[in-house]
Amino acid sequence: MHIRKLVTGITMTGLLLLGGCSSKQGGSKSAVKHVGILQVVQHPSLDKAYKGFKEGLKEGGYTEGKNLKLDYQNAQNSQDNLKSMSEKLVNEKSDLILGIATPAAQSLANTTQDIPLVVTAVTDLKAAKLVKSDAKPGRNVTGTTDMVSIDKQINLLLSIVPKAKTIGVMYNAGEANSKIQADMAIAALKKAGVKIVVKTANTTNDVQQVTEALAGKVQGIYVPTDNTFASAAAIIGKVVKEKKVPLVAGSVDQVKTGGLATIGIDYELLGKQTGKMAAKILDGKAKPQDMPVEKAENLKLVVNKEMAKALGIDPKSIKAPK
Amino acid sequence: MLNTFWDLFLSASSQGLLWSLMAIGVYLTFRILDLADMTAEGSFPLGGAIATMCLIKGINPILATIAAFGGGLVAGLVTGLLNTKLQIPSLLAGIITMTGLYSITSRVMQNAANVSLLGKNTIFTIAQNWGLSRNNAVIVMGALIALLVVGLLVIFFRTEIGLAMRATGDNPEMSAANGIKTQGMKILGYMISNGCIALSGALLAQNNGFADLNSGVGTIVIGLASIIIAEVLLRNLSIGARMLSLALGAIIYRLILALVFQMNVEPSDAKLASALVLVVCLALPNFHLPRNLKGGSKNVSSTKD
Repeated sequence: MHIRKLVTGITMTGLLLLGGCSSKQGGSKSAVKHVGILQVVQHPSLDKAYKGFKEGLKEGGYTEGKNLKLDYQNAQNSQDNLKSMSEKLVNEKSDLILGIATPAAQSLANTTQDIPLVVTAVTDLKAAKLVKSDAKPGRNVTGTTDMVSIDKQINLLLSIVPKAKTIGVMYNAGEANSKIQADMAIAALKKAGVKIVVKTANTTNDVQQVTEALAGKVQGIYVPTDNTFASAAAIIGKVVKEKKVPLVAGSVDQVKTGGLATIGIDYELLGKQTGKMAAKILDGKAKPQDMPVEKAENLKLVVNKEMAKALGIDPKSIKAPK
Repeated sequence: MLNTFWDLFLSASSQGLLWSLMAIGVYLTFRILDLADMTAEGSFPLGGAIATMCLIKGINPILATIAAFGGGLVAGLVTGLLNTKLQIPSLLAGIITMTGLYSITSRVMQNAANVSLLGKNTIFTIAQNWGLSRNNAVIVMGALIALLVVGLLVIFFRTEIGLAMRATGDNPEMSAANGIKTQGMKILGYMISNGCIALSGALLAQNNGFADLNSGVGTIVIGLASIIIAEVLLRNLSIGARMLSLALGAIIYRLILALVFQMNVEPSDAKLASALVLVVCLALPNFHLPRNLKGGSKNVSSTKD
């Protein structure tokens, strides 16, 4: 601590001395920037987002060990950890803090009103009260949303099973993000005029039975980007293969492990996009207040060929709906 | 309809048999030793993690599963030492170990939260190679392993050490007065219990095709529910039959859940529905013949050896 105070003191003195001759560049890239990271829980998608974030920073000219010091905190899915870790990152005078997933983002936003915050893997920043509006955040928070076009995904599913009378939706009702997406999916399915069966599970331990119960009743299944169901992708894949039910999921990772197709998000690329936004803020070129929330640039159709063959569907016949 | 029910039953049996080892593990501490042990929620994902990582490294599935059991033994040893040597109350000792195990399991999984077993041979692949379908392979293998564990435990409880362990649970003061090293017995009990729980975690991870860092949450409830169902439906069994009945309890619990998932309840009401169905199941035996409702811990597992 003393050393840090000393360093800060010396830096401040130096800045005062240099006060008269400020450089024309927004921020010198030689000064070491401190970036804090708060992640809700270890989870494949979120881990990838963090990995991508570091790559994005690197592209923006900030390399760990050179001019960047990272302080990574993982709350291991506990609310009280979120609060104390947020306070730690804020008290350490980070230049910028990244919040990965909604609870982490909210905890940080409640802890600091002035340190720039970027967030990723948050479905709806406005609903989570992180920004006043996506176009103009209006406070110290901006970032990327992992909201995908639910309508497109539902259309994709319906294009695969055009004769379907009943479609199933399954998610963990305890995850706010999933609930938002599931409600959108249900609305889209209602519009399409199919019957809907909704099932939920709270833990990965119940996922197999929920999937079995649903697969017996429907001709197609939709799963939003849900942490619990994404974790259990392998067993979901086994069940839908056995019961021959096409499954469209919100996340690319889940489809690769145990789904048929999606028009989805690659969390690593989403993290990279966030890292580039963070680099702009560190450069002093932009402030979170004025940076619009970005959607994933990389939505793409992903088809699990092996699953398609198992279901007797020609992978080439699956096309992204307009 | 009947077909659907048969499918449900098979699926519940396959899952229940794997959960039965969890129930047996919880039974050892909860009923035999009369201790509340929360280590279960940590040793369960630990077992899954150890087995999964071994399989990924290409180790034989049987050895990988045994390694998971070994991991559970060590977890139990830690709780046992905290409880006996440091005099930390058992509930707290279990919570401490469970908390620490989260990081250990994360280490085992090389800091991943979720490790997939896609395309790897598991202990169930062995049974599938005998020409069984996936569900049947799980049922056969699960039953074989459950029978093996119960068999070994029955033999163990007839030995001098096993009898001493049961005496320790029944009456610690008298046992100590009769020269039984009660502390050692408790530690051994914790170890075997968590070994079984980690084994359950290992089998479920292999059945599911993934190990998950957060899969331990709520597992102790599954173990306890299986025990209570078995005790309510079948009273006064000898220790071997009691442990076998736990498998039945676990299967019935899974079947109850499956039936709730089949019902068209509002997603948010699913938990309430399973709670109500559970109450109905547990209350049913009371309508046959009036009994006093004291579910005393000791007379339930009465011992007719």
